[in-house]
Amino acid sequence: MSDVSFVRTEMLPEQAPPASEVGALGWVKHNLFSSWFNTILTVVSLYAIYYVLSGVLPWIFQSVWNADSLNECREIMMATWGSTHGHACWAVINDRWLQLLFGFYPSHLYWRPILALVLLLVALAPVLYSDRVPTKMLIFSAIYPFLMPFLMWGGTIWGPISAALGFVAGWFVYSVLSKQVSELVGMIGAVVAAVIWWLVLSSYFTGAMSSVLPIGIEAVESRQFGGFMLAILLGVVAIGVSLPIGIVLALGRQSDLLIVKYLCVGFIEFIRGVPLITLLFVASLLLNLFLPPGTNFDIILRVMIMMTLFSAAYMAEVIRGGLAALPRGQYEGADSLGLNYWQAQRLIIMPQALKISIPGIVSTFIGIFKDTTLVSIIGLFDVIGLASAIRADTAWNGIYWELFAFIALLFFIVCFSMSRYSMYLERKLQTGHR
Amino acid sequence: MTTLTDPPKEQFRLSMLLYDTRYRSATIQVIAMIGFMLLAAWIISNTIQNLEALGKPVEFGFFAEPASYDINQRLLEYDSRDSHLRAAFIGLLNTLVVAVLGCITATIVGVLVGVLRLSNNWLVARIMTVYVEMFRNVPVLLWIVLAMAILIESLPAPRAFRGENPEATMNLFDSVAVTNRGIYVPEFLFSRSLGDIHIFGTSSLRFDISLDLIAILIVLGGSIFAMRKVSAWAQAKQEASGDRPTIWHIQLGILFVPMIVLLTILGFHLGFPELKGFNFTGGTHLRNSLIALWLALSLYTAAFIAEIVRAGILAISKGQTEAASALGLRPGRTMRLVILPQALRVIIPPMISNYLNLTKNSSLAIAVGYMDITGTLGGITMNQTGRELECVLLLMLVYLSISLSISAVMNWYNNRVKLVER
Repeated sequence: MSDVSFVRTEMLPEQAPPASEVGALGWVKHNLFSSWFNTILTVVSLYAIYYVLSGVLPWIFQSVWNADSLNECREIMMATWGSTHGHACWAVINDRWLQLLFGFYPSHLYWRPILALVLLLVALAPVLYSDRVPTKMLIFSAIYPFLMPFLMWGGTIWGPISAALGFVAGWFVYSVLSKQVSELVGMIGAVVAAVIWWLVLSSYFTGAMSSVLPIGIEAVESRQFGGFMLAILLGVVAIGVSLPIGIVLALGRQSDLLIVKYLCVGFIEFIRGVPLITLLFVASLLLNLFLPPGTNFDIILRVMIMMTLFSAAYMAEVIRGGLAALPRGQYEGADSLGLNYWQAQRLIIMPQALKISIPGIVSTFIGIFKDTTLVSIIGLFDVIGLASAIRADTAWNGIYWELFAFIALLFFIVCFSMSRYSMYLERKLQTGHR
Repeated sequence: MTTLTDPPKEQFRLSMLLYDTRYRSATIQVIAMIGFMLLAAWIISNTIQNLEALGKPVEFGFFAEPASYDINQRLLEYDSRDSHLRAAFIGLLNTLVVAVLGCITATIVGVLVGVLRLSNNWLVARIMTVYVEMFRNVPVLLWIVLAMAILIESLPAPRAFRGENPEATMNLFDSVAVTNRGIYVPEFLFSRSLGDIHIFGTSSLRFDISLDLIAILIVLGGSIFAMRKVSAWAQAKQEASGDRPTIWHIQLGILFVPMIVLLTILGFHLGFPELKGFNFTGGTHLRNSLIALWLALSLYTAAFIAEIVRAGILAISKGQTEAASALGLRPGRTMRLVILPQALRVIIPPMISNYLNLTKNSSLAIAVGYMDITGTLGGITMNQTGRELECVLLLMLVYLSISLSISAVMNWYNNRVKLVER
């Protein structure tokens, strides 16, 4: 009989880990004080945070909201806290925030840019959240490019309608000719029809219709545009128009046709090689020289054209990156299925390439949106131009932190949320393989 | 039994230009070329007509005329009687100065922030994230204008340094004066200077190079060459015998002794800024515009570089680190010999394109009045002479050649480090 059982037969219950390894304490130990170097870093960081917050928080919250000038602000500060230092004068924002947002847009028409912005979000919804919004909403997205200028500039409704009719005419010619003759002839016919409509017929149409049915809203001149609204307007137009141009340029750069390829490469490298400010100089000084004598269209439109060309070059490079990242097998697979070039692009290459390049597209958008501030250098009143004007005003001469903090906050909110959206999209579109 | 017959001879028909893939590409290219040339011809003829109507034919004679404006921050001598070409040249050098200064600072700050964002310390990583997001999501023009406003509005005026009990004092043992007119730092002086070489005589591109600087660079280059020789000798000895000789004191000696000897021979001393009357004299005067631009551009670009560095380090798979430690390499060597060489391949191309962005963004100098090439050629010269076409096109050409030469370097590097795939 052998009962020398010094080997334990039953399991011991699990013990809880030491208190210093789990919970808040464990987290602090691992993340903040894991070594002497880390401890020093933590202490230094804590001091830095304390130093910054102890200066900034009183500045933000012990502040003056109602005053008519910086001097009045300072008097109130002296009366309340006994010093002018370390207290913000938000009165300048309180006084001028509408101007910073809308520029010199007539104040009784503020509803129009606001409505345009809201409708922009509605129009973007089916594109941005394709899984949650019904696809039929895309019809509204197609209408929006014509609705937006009407809302922003006002005037007769027949202008945008006539512009839209150009597309309708082109589509009509295409669908007739491509059935009767061939697809290629249909495409060429569609472009010709649309161009003829826009250049020749549309002015008669607009003139006739507005004399028969004068429907319209109050017109607003371009030079009244300004503020943050201008940044959004320029950014949205530049990105919206440059996306299709960028796709064409990227395809051109990848194409086997030598002349087409080098034209695209030349355009892209030229635009990417010069600073945006020189392109804006071209918009403000030279563009009228390049067009037939007597042409004179307004500065906002000229800036829009140059910003669009600028972002198209960057967009082309982003999309080219997406095209290059596709494995060769995708191209070969499309060829082996017998698809022609455009079918392969439309059904196989572009859906994947655009998906890969979404983060790049969004960061291009953020870049363009930030770069819209450069128009202040050629004399447009965007937020920074307005800030300089306000600082030059005798009432607010000498103020800078409050103004720039407000403007920075506006840009930060928009840009940061866009970059978060792009991260969300990347996660959503991640299919787990490349 | 069948016999092979010649295929029917094809007749060339016009429609084959469109429908036959052998000819279609040529057709499309010819059409594109014709279209492009028509567009170019149209633009050029419009421009000629417009310029004739304005009475301003294209010519570059205005470059020889006196510029008659002053450039206060400059590397070479210049006065307002010099030509517009000289002004543009000084501006170009100013652009390069701020670009080089900005790139160096941005790299240092960016690498530091990028590494700290990966730190184990939660608090430090969060602070660095806040920095990156704050700078990336706000326009650089805003940072430049804000930096300028802070410098002008919040720093003491030079007169605050006067009197028995001045409101402001100089920093760093009375060597640096931080005022609202700029920062005065000590300048390097040589009492037994070797003099200058004058290149290009009296033309607009004349250029003085200090022989002292050349001597210093030669000695520095020689020291570095000798240091590499010594370390190669140590390496050879280590491979032969297994023992690495201690060389750090030899290295330090090689680096410092010749330099100290040279500086003593040249009579090196510092020239400190001094308060004379209502302003500082002596020392090197860094204007607010330069400092604002430099600070804002480098902090802004550093945020982007930090992200690149972080992504580069994260891109190296964990297996590499594990394999290195399995081979017995210490963490420092793992970083230096395994991780960094691979990460640099990912890091350097976007880094160079950020340098390029910084150089292009330096054209925003015009917003704070720093006289770079945009401020001279595209600013005052253009406004004075009214030659918009010539000035803007030349300005674009200058930036284009800077960009293209940087991207040529980048392509060369990319081809050199490219992994060979199928």
